Amino acid sequence: MSRYKKFIDKSLVALLFFLTLSLNNQALAADGEALFKANCANCHKPDVDYTGPALKGWSKRVPSQEWVYKWVANPAQMIASDAYAKSLFEKWKPTVMTAFSNLKKEDIDAILKYVDDYTPPAPATAAAGGAAPESDNSLMFGILTLVLAVVAFILLQVNSNLRKLSDEKEGIHRGEPVPFYRNKTYLMAAVLVLFAFGGYKTISGAIGLGRMKNYQPVQPIYYSHKVHAGVNQISCLYCHGGAQDSKHANIPSVNVCMNCHKGIKEYKGDAIVREDGTQVDGTAEIKKLYSYAGWNPDTKSYNPDNNMDGVPDGAQPIPWVKIHNLPDHVYFNHSQHVKVGKQQCQTCHGNIQEMPEVYQFAELSMGWCINCHRESKVDFYNKESGEGNKFYSIYEKFHTDLKNHKMDSVTVEKIGGTECQKCHY
Amino acid sequence: MSNKQYWQNFGELNQSEAFKQSTDNEFNEELLPMEELSKEGFLESKTPRRDFLKYLGFSTAAATIAASCEMPVRKAIPYLQKPDNVIPGVANYFASTYVNGGDAISVVVKQRDGRPIKIEGNELSSITKGGTSAQAQASVLDLYDTTRLRHPLQKVGNDFKEVSTFEAFDDMVSKAMSTIKGEEMVLLTSTIHSPSTIQLISEFLVKYPGSRHVQYDAVSYSGLLLANEACYGKKVLPVYMFDKAQTIVSLGADFLGTWLSPVEFSKQYAVNRKVTGDKPSLSRHFHFESMLSLTGSNADDRYTHKPSETGTIALALLAKLGGAVSAPAIADAHVKAGIDKAAEALLKTKGASLVVCGSNDVNIQLVVNAINELIGANGTTINRAANSNYRKGIDAEFVSLTADIQAGKVKALMVYDCNPVYTYAEGKKLGEAIAKLPVSISFNGTLDETTEQCKYVIPSPHWLESWGDAEPRSGYVSLIQPIINPLFKTRPFQTSLLHWMGTTSTTTDAYETYLKNYWSTRLGSADVWDKALQDGVIESASIVAGATCKDCNLPAAIAAIQAVKGAETEVVLYQKVSVGNGSQANNPWLQELPDPISKVTWDNYAMMSPALAKQIIGIDIVNNQRQADAYEVTPDKPVVKITANGKSIELPVLILPGLNNATIAVALGYGRASADETLSLDRVGKSATGAGKNAYPLVGINGTGFSYAATASVEKTNTTYPLAQTQVHGSSESRPVIYETNLSSFLANPEALLEEPRSERMGLLAEGKTDFVKEGTIYPDYEKPGIKWGMSIDLNTCTGCSACVVACTAENNVSVVGKIQVQKAHEMHWLRIDRYFTGDVQNPDVVFQPMLCQHCDNAPCENVCPVAATNHSSEGLNQMTYNRCIGTRYCANNCPYKVRRFNWLDFSGADSFADNQEPLRGKELNEAVFQMNDDLTRMVLNPDVTVRSRGVIEKCSFCVQRLQDSKLEAKKQQDPSLVRNVKTACMQACPTNAISFGNVNDKSSDVSIARADKNRNFYVLEQLHVLPNVSYLAKVRNTDRQVGVVEEHAEEAHS
Repeated sequence: MSRYKKFIDKSLVALLFFLTLSLNNQALAADGEALFKANCANCHKPDVDYTGPALKGWSKRVPSQEWVYKWVANPAQMIASDAYAKSLFEKWKPTVMTAFSNLKKEDIDAILKYVDDYTPPAPATAAAGGAAPESDNSLMFGILTLVLAVVAFILLQVNSNLRKLSDEKEGIHRGEPVPFYRNKTYLMAAVLVLFAFGGYKTISGAIGLGRMKNYQPVQPIYYSHKVHAGVNQISCLYCHGGAQDSKHANIPSVNVCMNCHKGIKEYKGDAIVREDGTQVDGTAEIKKLYSYAGWNPDTKSYNPDNNMDGVPDGAQPIPWVKIHNLPDHVYFNHSQHVKVGKQQCQTCHGNIQEMPEVYQFAELSMGWCINCHRESKVDFYNKESGEGNKFYSIYEKFHTDLKNHKMDSVTVEKIGGTECQKCHY
Repeated sequence: MSNKQYWQNFGELNQSEAFKQSTDNEFNEELLPMEELSKEGFLESKTPRRDFLKYLGFSTAAATIAASCEMPVRKAIPYLQKPDNVIPGVANYFASTYVNGGDAISVVVKQRDGRPIKIEGNELSSITKGGTSAQAQASVLDLYDTTRLRHPLQKVGNDFKEVSTFEAFDDMVSKAMSTIKGEEMVLLTSTIHSPSTIQLISEFLVKYPGSRHVQYDAVSYSGLLLANEACYGKKVLPVYMFDKAQTIVSLGADFLGTWLSPVEFSKQYAVNRKVTGDKPSLSRHFHFESMLSLTGSNADDRYTHKPSETGTIALALLAKLGGAVSAPAIADAHVKAGIDKAAEALLKTKGASLVVCGSNDVNIQLVVNAINELIGANGTTINRAANSNYRKGIDAEFVSLTADIQAGKVKALMVYDCNPVYTYAEGKKLGEAIAKLPVSISFNGTLDETTEQCKYVIPSPHWLESWGDAEPRSGYVSLIQPIINPLFKTRPFQTSLLHWMGTTSTTTDAYETYLKNYWSTRLGSADVWDKALQDGVIESASIVAGATCKDCNLPAAIAAIQAVKGAETEVVLYQKVSVGNGSQANNPWLQELPDPISKVTWDNYAMMSPALAKQIIGIDIVNNQRQADAYEVTPDKPVVKITANGKSIELPVLILPGLNNATIAVALGYGRASADETLSLDRVGKSATGAGKNAYPLVGINGTGFSYAATASVEKTNTTYPLAQTQVHGSSESRPVIYETNLSSFLANPEALLEEPRSERMGLLAEGKTDFVKEGTIYPDYEKPGIKWGMSIDLNTCTGCSACVVACTAENNVSVVGKIQVQKAHEMHWLRIDRYFTGDVQNPDVVFQPMLCQHCDNAPCENVCPVAATNHSSEGLNQMTYNRCIGTRYCANNCPYKVRRFNWLDFSGADSFADNQEPLRGKELNEAVFQMNDDLTRMVLNPDVTVRSRGVIEKCSFCVQRLQDSKLEAKKQQDPSLVRNVKTACMQACPTNAISFGNVNDKSSDVSIARADKNRNFYVLEQLHVLPNVSYLAKVRNTDRQVGVVEEHAEEAHS
């Protein structure tokens, strides 16, 4: 028996070993993509020119692989010293690539491998068909109810007429029948129905006051998240960096837009179509950005600052319309949810990478918040494995309860996430 | 019950009918329309149905209109070019220095989205060590003062017109200057200890022959400066070290409240006032004074005397210590015994003793210097090897300047950071003379009393907008850096001087460059400068040789003191910890801050003892209950006319125990007004106008200096004047809330201190039960997994300075309600400092008790809320949810601590209906409330805290926004130790570290450690089983007396 056990143990270990190895391999391959997306994708694409050149086929262009390492570490120095770097700069100026001295040689290799292996995904076919609109049965049910009500009404009338006839036959005099619209039973029933219906409408209307789900205002610039975050795969945090540091996610300042748009002057992607079917001229929208930034695309330079106010003449911030509004007495902190709670942006903002223009995806009501707080589990600290957020090591009671299987996980609610003064103060 | 009694006013002392009625009728409001009906039987009454429908209809319609308004379209406008160091929504902190007329406190300023919104102490400063004062806390509001000048001005006739550019202004000035070339010109400033400014001024004086620099302090320390010059050869103030002193004797120096550098001294004083270890020792503090000051109320033993007797007491002390003087006769046996005790204690701790004196009389200060030599203070508790630079003004210099101005000898006057027309006794005449000068320039930031007499005004920026430096102690430099771009077209006065010296081009940042050059050369490199700027302080104590006392002509001083004659009634002029010398009088936070002793807001008054009041206004407040009630119940107090030094003012009488029976005390700093009083609201401001009377004219001017005490005649008038006193608004209804003992009893039997509440608690338990927390109630015990927040307040080190109250106001957007509303007990302070008297009515002991929401785990308020707007969190917080509150005020009614505040009116302008304050202007709402709601002033609001609207209850939240923030940071860093000790606003502001706060579940947190002192740790009204989360450490006084028990001789004295 024990012999077999040993054998099984050994083979299990071996199996685990190979499994780990293969996982590692996958991780390396995935690394290239992740690194590319985290570091390069804001300005480069594998296959087409963007703010910077397309990276695919790099080996045919650059002098050597060593050159790439040096270039990534310090492009400015290379421009000064290297002929090819200089020519590259001449082509893409005024944009200069940011130095990525944090990238190791292996990282760069992984990225290079990723771009070489890159094949553009097949164009989406679903677009033509589109998702069928969700069938709404309420109308059908409504009509059905109405028809049944009419049938019931007719049957009741018929019933009363028949009784009247039979009464006459039997010679019982019942007096003039009351017409149905003066029949107290009918009136009472109608009043009750009206009261219930009216009450429901009033209450749901009152609850809905100030809620703006699906709010999609017209913005000063038709900015498509689909083009930026979807097609071009720009990380959300590149523009909305505040989401991990601040209570506000923050709308990027104009200079952040200009990091890329100094180079990208016209829109060449797939047609952007509004909900009403009209087409958006992407290039014209980029021009609007230039006018806000005070940038002259022809000379590739900012307007001079003649009026000495510290910004290019004519430049002004973009008056975006705020979509997600919380009441003043609500404290919401993005970094709490993004950094600590590790929530995806899409949880609350919907599939933002597919929205041409952003609308309010979630209800942003208190019930909606509370529901999530009840269901979401915190990254609770596991004393044995050391996994999870070490902050929660102070919750002694929960540790004991988990150990004794009195509870199986710790939700946000358990650590007080549904208490008033977590959000209202 | 205890044999000790703690009382807040005479009604409580006598347990009068009126007092009981006022505590029963907590909300002393006019009846609401519906309540009136319920008296005669709701159903029998004729009108209720109609009225009911009317109100119902109106509120439904109003709610519909308010609610059905379309959601406004809101903009989210980002930066055009975001500065690197700004993340919208995340606060930045910058080190700077609070400066105000010689006062300097190193601070760290919280800047949120570009706006300074809160001031904290800079812990890197070894002078103030992170402490702040009420005035420093409030000064952030001065930045957004509506009376600040927005551009340079030029006087045309009686009016001022705008000067469009600085260049135009400079042209005007240089033209005017050329007309008086070579003639006498004076630069009049407050005390300046900025090293770069001192250098700059000396360069400026060289450029303008015939010019000189005069420093003038609103409240003078000239006597002390001159005495030091006579004794030690230097006209400077030494560095006092209260932390080294085991025995402290103060002769009227309010060093914890207003004298010289109270924050520094409070920090030092608290070191030896903490009860620690098995055999605790405390410093011993004797206080001799004429009024009841903040410092006096903290003393272990306190004696009162007439102001004219200060010198005699100093002499008696000197004689007792063995000085070469014959002991003067002292009539009051109690004071005489006190001097003996003080002398004995001083000698016993020789080398660790300190005597300070608040008098501005050079002779008395000479005697005090001699005393300090005798007790070995020089070199031990007084460091004369370093200078304190807080005050430099010499009275005689200023008096001769005023003579020169009036005689027309001085042709040009430049005024910076001082307001002599207001603060000088003969200010009115001085103002008229200034108006006649050929050239008069003011650099002051507002159109104050002096500035409005000047021909040219070029406002200086607020310190939060300025570059600068300060050297409060020689070798200890504190830097000032701008936290915000200047809000208005202002220019630093140093830049103006540089321009007028002609040494610089037309840049507006000339002084900034000058300052950076000045320090870069001294510090060696720009890097060191950057580091210094980050820290805010440069401390390199240059060791100077200490000074030894030389012959300072003591006999002459003694003779002068002996010649002083007293009078039947005397007046003493003092400063309050709130308004101080009056330079911040237009600060509504300071005006509404109750004085720690008198608890009066918005006014000054004639403070006098019960005996003197009986004599002057015929009210026997101690023995005649009817008169006492008549006096105390109404805010309208009888007015007296006080005449001193040939001038008189009329002030309401405030009767307070503990004052000398021949002394009337009047606060300086009030009664600001423009020459044309119709302009006061715009010029000196909405808060300063109408607040009190100006007492500066009563200041005496003798040969050597200003005297802040004078013989006075007092007469009763037939008028009354309302005082807004917060005194018994939150009464504990004479329940035992304070525990106190003296050191020897405590050492002998430490457990006895809290025996009474302990036995009372045990008596409430059923037989056989021992756990009061769990078994003393029918409610279940809710667990607090993770964090449980708690606060501990040490009554021994709380001095009552009230910095915490202002800090709380600033942090939590607490509304200013104005004088009219304070009279109705509608003040909104989340944290108040209760002042209790105990013992002898003539000379009571005073205890301060900060009172805030106790966050009871078994809270009476939570049970009675019909809408669950207040409930408990799993971290022990008593939560208040404003948007749920419907304003029944049941919670406030049920709170035994009286800490819940109701928004009776729309104080903050946060209501959905705009302009609903306007009809109440002047009737219910003071102008100050409108000042707070100005768009400019509202920039001070903390964006992390909701601004409350009318009809909701609010109260201390334990600064929940800070707690949440610390938790978030701890989670981000994955470090639970970050929530061990968290700083609430009150705790951070406290100059004596009396408050500790943190996670009680963590046994190594400061609050847990403080609570481990079982012999002193108590919870207020613990026997009610409300389970508060705020604990207090009982007070231990270092005195021989039984604290709170009336002594025999005192009984005799007034029987």
